[in-house]
Amino acid sequence: MKPVHYWHCFVGIQVREWLRFWQQRTRFFSALVRPLLWLVVFAAGFRAVLGVSIIPPYQTYITYETYIAPGLCGMIVLFNSMQGALSMVYDRELGSMRVLLMSPLPRPFLLVTKLLSMGIVSIGQVYVFLLVARLLDVEPPAWGYLAVLPALLLASLMLGALGLLIATWIKQLENFAGVMNFVIFPMFFLSSALYPLWKMQEASPWLYWLCQFNPFTHAVEAIRFALYLQWNPQAFGITAAVTLVLAGLATAGFRPQRTKILDTKTA
Amino acid sequence: MTIEARNIGFRYGSKQVLTEVSFTLAAGRFHALLGPNGAGKSTLFGLMTRLLALQTGDLFLDGQSLRKQPADAMRHIGVVFQQNALDLDLTVRQNLLYHAALHGLSRKEARLRSDRELERFALAERANDPVRLLNGGHRRRVEIARALLHHPTLLLLDEPTVGLDVASRAALNSHVRKLCAEDGLTVLWATHLIEEVQPEDRVLILHEGVLLANGEGQALCDHEGQPDLATTFHALTGAGSS
Repeated sequence: MKPVHYWHCFVGIQVREWLRFWQQRTRFFSALVRPLLWLVVFAAGFRAVLGVSIIPPYQTYITYETYIAPGLCGMIVLFNSMQGALSMVYDRELGSMRVLLMSPLPRPFLLVTKLLSMGIVSIGQVYVFLLVARLLDVEPPAWGYLAVLPALLLASLMLGALGLLIATWIKQLENFAGVMNFVIFPMFFLSSALYPLWKMQEASPWLYWLCQFNPFTHAVEAIRFALYLQWNPQAFGITAAVTLVLAGLATAGFRPQRTKILDTKTA
Repeated sequence: MTIEARNIGFRYGSKQVLTEVSFTLAAGRFHALLGPNGAGKSTLFGLMTRLLALQTGDLFLDGQSLRKQPADAMRHIGVVFQQNALDLDLTVRQNLLYHAALHGLSRKEARLRSDRELERFALAERANDPVRLLNGGHRRRVEIARALLHHPTLLLLDEPTVGLDVASRAALNSHVRKLCAEDGLTVLWATHLIEEVQPEDRVLILHEGVLLANGEGQALCDHEGQPDLATTFHALTGAGSS
């Protein structure tokens, strides 16, 4: 196969993902409710309790809404990527996955492209969220909207790869509720999405270290810094490295027979 | 194109599902893979399509090993799965274009081929309908049209008539036979329904993971001293024909 074949395949998968998004656009908007609730209700309620001092990348005091907005962007990517990756091997996408895996192109390429395309759709959702957040006075610099794109892509790929890895290997977590309780919620709450890590360190050093080991923390920080036009090489580097490792493990260990893609009960 | 399976074995955990299965498919012929439910047909299809990894043995398409050169081999195979593999939310044409893209075809070429196949399968008028609106027979035809888009030489159909009424089953079966005759396509049609098999077909009978017979339907009947395929199948497998 030549590079042009890879390109046609890449474009085809992207197009399909956007077509599906268009077909299910009501779900797209309903999924926006969760982060907006956090931004409008949670942040308003906790603003006084969780005051934020001046920390990079911010150059002045900020509102709590401003602080959690990048974390909520991460939240959107986290939920969508994990749910998307799980659906690849468990329910909604089974038929499509069979077709995908029949392609003569290498499976790692197909799987990463698929994860990336799902990530791109969820990034569309992040931008809609950021637009609404702007109306609520969360106003990052204009160029920040562009600068944040690579961080969002990386985060979505990392979380999608994690979802695929979990779905392929851990049969006990085969429903989304299990993944919510054991993966998504711990990842989200043990991160810098809702509170700066120095606050966590004051409360509990070991929780602070758990947050530091959580790759989602670094993904959120990469998003936060990029959105405010600053480069955080540590956050970006860790997110990129974890993405590489997870994508490598997820694609190398992917076996359709470990999933429901090939329902062998019908053999 | 010749297709050869050589000593295919497969086990799920401690359960041996396929044992030393070997056969050769003749180019341009209709082959029926006959076996009761649980015989190992879908597992064999899973192996032939790389959804399952080969454990022992190998498959060769024109001498190309599926184990060693999977991409080359997969370019020549079209598959219709037992379960629906169409995206119900997308239109018929969108489903075809997606498949074409996965095989590296350009948008222009994909459109050209899609239109041709839709015409051939009398689906042109439904091209822009969401698949969800199609009945079972039409969906199956879309799946076959899709499987042929990349011009395979081997078409695998895993119990393609499941869920269809009698008339649709017969229509689909005769349509695939026509394709086989007109395009020189090698067809492997897995089924547990004897009425979908004709005496002139090449028949492979799989039972409990073992290939019990492989040859012309009529020759198998003669060999077993049975009047027809149904009784031959029954005699070999001890199973009633559905």
